Amino acid sequence: MDAVRQEFDPPRTTHGNAAQGDVSTPMPNLGAPHPGAPDGAGPIDGGTGAVAEAVAGPPAKKKRGFGVTFWLAVTWLVAVLVCAVFANILPVKDPLVPDVLNKLAYPGPEHWLGTDGLGRDTLARLVHGARVSVTISVTAVAIGMVVGGFIGIIAGFFRGKLETVLMTIINIILAFPALVLLLVLLAFVGRSLVVISLIVGFLSIPIYTRVARATTLAVAEREFVRASRTMGAKNSRVLAREILPNVVLPVAAFGLVAMGVVIVLEGTLAFLGLSVQQPAPTWGGMIFDGKRYLSEAPHVVLIPSIAMFLTVLSLNLVGDSLRTRFDVRGSNL
Amino acid sequence: MYVLRRLPSLIATLLAVSILTFLMTSLLPGDPALQILGAENATPEAIAAVRSELSLDDPLPVRYLHWIGDALTGDFGRSYRTNEPVSQAIIERLPVTAEIGLLAIVIALAIAIPVGMLSAYRAGTRTDKVISSTSFGLLAVPNFMVAILLILVFAVWLGVLPATGWVNFTDNPVQNLRSALLPALSLAIAEMAVYTRLLRTDMIATLQQDFVTMARVKGVSNRRILFRHALRPSSFSLLTVAGVQVGAIIGGSVVIETLFAVPGVGRLLLEAVLVRDLLMVQGVALVIAVSYVVVNFTVDILYSYLDPRISHGRSSARV
Amino acid sequence: MTNAQLAGRANEPLLEVDDLRTYFDTPRGIVKAVDGVSLRVDRGKTLGVVGESGSGKTVLSRSIMNLLPKTNTIREGSVRFEGRELTTMKNKEMRTIWGAEMAMVLQDPMTSLNPVTKIGEQITESLGIHLNEKGKVAKAHAVELLKSVGIPAAERRLGEYPHQLSGGMRQRVTIAIALACSPKLLVADEPTTALDVTVQRQILDLLESQQTQRNMGLIIITHDLGVVAGRADEIAVMYAGRIVERAPTRELFARNRHPYTEGLLRSIPRLHQPSHSRLQAIPGRPPDLVDPPAGCPFAPRCNYAQDKCLTETPVLAPHAAGHEAACHFPVGTTAGQEALARNVAAGRTAAGTPLDSTVLATAGAA
Repeated sequence: MDAVRQEFDPPRTTHGNAAQGDVSTPMPNLGAPHPGAPDGAGPIDGGTGAVAEAVAGPPAKKKRGFGVTFWLAVTWLVAVLVCAVFANILPVKDPLVPDVLNKLAYPGPEHWLGTDGLGRDTLARLVHGARVSVTISVTAVAIGMVVGGFIGIIAGFFRGKLETVLMTIINIILAFPALVLLLVLLAFVGRSLVVISLIVGFLSIPIYTRVARATTLAVAEREFVRASRTMGAKNSRVLAREILPNVVLPVAAFGLVAMGVVIVLEGTLAFLGLSVQQPAPTWGGMIFDGKRYLSEAPHVVLIPSIAMFLTVLSLNLVGDSLRTRFDVRGSNL
Repeated sequence: MYVLRRLPSLIATLLAVSILTFLMTSLLPGDPALQILGAENATPEAIAAVRSELSLDDPLPVRYLHWIGDALTGDFGRSYRTNEPVSQAIIERLPVTAEIGLLAIVIALAIAIPVGMLSAYRAGTRTDKVISSTSFGLLAVPNFMVAILLILVFAVWLGVLPATGWVNFTDNPVQNLRSALLPALSLAIAEMAVYTRLLRTDMIATLQQDFVTMARVKGVSNRRILFRHALRPSSFSLLTVAGVQVGAIIGGSVVIETLFAVPGVGRLLLEAVLVRDLLMVQGVALVIAVSYVVVNFTVDILYSYLDPRISHGRSSARV
Repeated sequence: MTNAQLAGRANEPLLEVDDLRTYFDTPRGIVKAVDGVSLRVDRGKTLGVVGESGSGKTVLSRSIMNLLPKTNTIREGSVRFEGRELTTMKNKEMRTIWGAEMAMVLQDPMTSLNPVTKIGEQITESLGIHLNEKGKVAKAHAVELLKSVGIPAAERRLGEYPHQLSGGMRQRVTIAIALACSPKLLVADEPTTALDVTVQRQILDLLESQQTQRNMGLIIITHDLGVVAGRADEIAVMYAGRIVERAPTRELFARNRHPYTEGLLRSIPRLHQPSHSRLQAIPGRPPDLVDPPAGCPFAPRCNYAQDKCLTETPVLAPHAAGHEAACHFPVGTTAGQEALARNVAAGRTAAGTPLDSTVLATAGAA
């Protein structure tokens, strides 16, 4: 979870937005501002950026849509989602049935992605493992987003003492390395799918609070909100009509990136033997089990690793592209 | 003095963190006495005896004061399992974690600073795109995956570094470094990506500043502009985030130490958690949280040295 | 060096800009920020470049200094500094000229000093690079420089950071930095815009006195004719990347020829005017430099605009000794008077801009 923190932590710096990741990429050159340059040439993240075109390319129209990479990422995520939802109907083998004669098999016609140390079909385990990843990440992100988003909007909109108190509590919770907190809670509460999702969701509340608060602060300063407040609109109306619609999208975009973090977290737990109990397949568990056969059959580790990597990368890509687009602070009115 | 002005907030945070640690471990379900005795020995009398021995029946505030009072004198109690003093276990393991963590940060910064600067200096070029894409990709690689890949390459295929185990520095400095290298690298990769991206963004912003133009017009070389003029004003958020990321390194050390079989605090915590060794968990969690808070406090102080405007009480001024 | 050689060099212009063009290749199209500018600055003389924001005057200053990035910038024409061609010089060669022979003062002293470096270090840096002065020598020189730009307690200031000084003091520091190696040419880009009005005058006086003492060429770039009024030897008025009028200062104020200059002059408050007389604003805004309209770029905002102005781009034509203006119907000439009269009669200009009667009253009076 800490990996995400930096993304949205308003750092105690004089740079302000500079630390928020690459919102825009100004012109390259040592020193001289480029007076002819347009503001913010576009996102550079993940090589999707239209920066090269903007900087060196012909005077083409500014690229407005999402790149190919973005849609590839979306496709992969949809595929993972389909696997998770329809794992039982998809034409894959039983993920729990061992086939000892065929253990550690390389990918082939019999087992498309090979088998693990007990001869269980890797493809089947990947498909069923997606279910755990998706359940935990969706639940956790939903909890964090709703509760944390709510607290953040309240704090950012009403300001004053309430904000001070809420943010102090949030900052104290954040003063704890998240994985340590998670371990301790898990050990003493238990480790079913539901419990893990709830705890991870609970632990991610502070981060969403910060994101939602920062966005609310920015939105509340914008002309149309101030106008509507000075014209005497009720707080509830301003919140529902003006603030909420503008805060939801940035927070949701952040939620996508956070989903990747949760997937890694689940993998980490599985790795530590603290995730959902065996033999239910999880991606982290598959990597952990395969580690034993690293020298003889590295593909047993590599295949689930690639699946997890691609999923997290796709979430980051999509989340980041959306965030750049919805960033209230980045856009000027 | 800036340090003194920040001191009250440090103490308040430490207090809050200790209360949180205590509550977290005390309010959780499950009777510690039952856990200590084990199901078969848990007669009601035995449970009552253990509970009174550990003062578990006192009200929570009293128990907290007892615990924190002892903790301040360095007494965290004894492990339920091994009867080893918690403080001693921590003192033995702390240097290992600190060494790996420090090495990880040094490696990450040593790579990220030049690479991030190069990326910013060449913003928009192919070099920059390759660096940006790579670091973006590395963000999506969990540390345990990095660790496995490193083991696969350096221990299994090349056989140049040990896959597991730990040698104390005092026993053999060279072997110590060799055993620390792969764990540190595993932790460093993700940090490196985070730092590179951050420095790139800030550096690009700095290079647009008027004072960089001024330096050029003075006839200062590009290299000198990058290192002497632009690096320091670009490193504020890098420093802050490096402090915050110590949390990620501590969290990561739980996994990495377990994977590489290194006797550090992270593994100690995990083992204590797995056997529900309450006092050990409390002690280790407190030490970790306090170290984290102290690191970030130190970063804050360093920050004021890096940015003279802060120590002169004008933090709102923009670069 | 013989007398003849000295005389020869004295006649040679310090800076000669010839048909300079600077275009930027942007995703929106090619921005013609500087479009065929010719200038000349002699030793010990001051040139004022005046124009509103977006007229390309800042790009002009950076082009003269050869500071612009080489990528996606199209540069043509020549900039000769003491006979040396600057446009083809590499950064490495420029570095021996920057700071040593040409220096620059930027608009905002808040941002043009490095916030995390002590003032002393920022001054001595160029002393070390160009004069090879180090340690105590450099420090003594820096103190002397700070004193010469009127900074009290100079020794103490060396150890201070920029944020500890006021805006005016900071601008004095940047001037001290610029003057450190006694450059032959100083380019001051809006040197007083970011300062309080009371401080502006002091800074301008300082620039003037330093220029006289050092016999330095000075280019003051500003949007405010008032800034250069009493100080520049010659004024060039810039509009849409071009120079539309150029004349010795006195001549320009007495007999301006270009309607844009006329507009600029009328927007300066005058003491002799009655206290409630309205200042004239120039209607409209400067043209988009990506797709400049055909003909005279000022035509859409000009009271004198005729059909010819919409199709034919005027070039600089001489009006008096050293006085040139780029206008088909110059102010104060018969052609101009007739053009204005035609537009008054029609109630609108050829570009379609309506003429309002108050404008005409003042215009007639002028």
